[in-house]
Amino acid sequence: MQNWLEEKKAIVIGERDGIQGPSIAKCLEAAGVTIVYAVTECFV
Amino acid sequence: MDADNQANIKKIAEEDRDALNKIIVVLGAGDIEGAEISAETVTVGDPSFAGPLAGVSLRLPVYHILEPELKDVIPEDIYEENLGIWTMTLDINEIGKRFRAIREKSSNA
Repeated sequence: MQNWLEEKKAIVIGERDGIQGPSIAKCLEAAGVTIVYAVTECFV
Repeated sequence: MDADNQANIKKIAEEDRDALNKIIVVLGAGDIEGAEISAETVTVGDPSFAGPLAGVSLRLPVYHILEPELKDVIPEDIYEENLGIWTMTLDINEIGKRFRAIREKSSNA
């Protein structure tokens, strides 16, 4: 399958009670994405 | 989405116009409804009209990390290690359906 993510640049918005930024970033980087901004939001 | 993150996203979108066609937003919200609100914020603008993206239509392509389109191209071992448990908690097909609709709506806006 063609990797459509390769060469993309990603803004990552994770969630403390969901999927956190670093986990998302790790997955995307493994697919060839460059992370330009990554954060984990926390809602209280 | 909090105001600081909205401001940073707006700045990235405005400063790097050359890369704009390569930029995607990827969300990791633990509930679909919350994810939809964040998605709306980076496409047609902050629906609460409280942050810097109020009334600002960036129309950035937005995805949820659990969408099948992303799963298909992320190495399986990395995916399982970081996201595996979430596939048992959330309906990834429903997430995919809702986010495709958001992207389609944004591109037609």
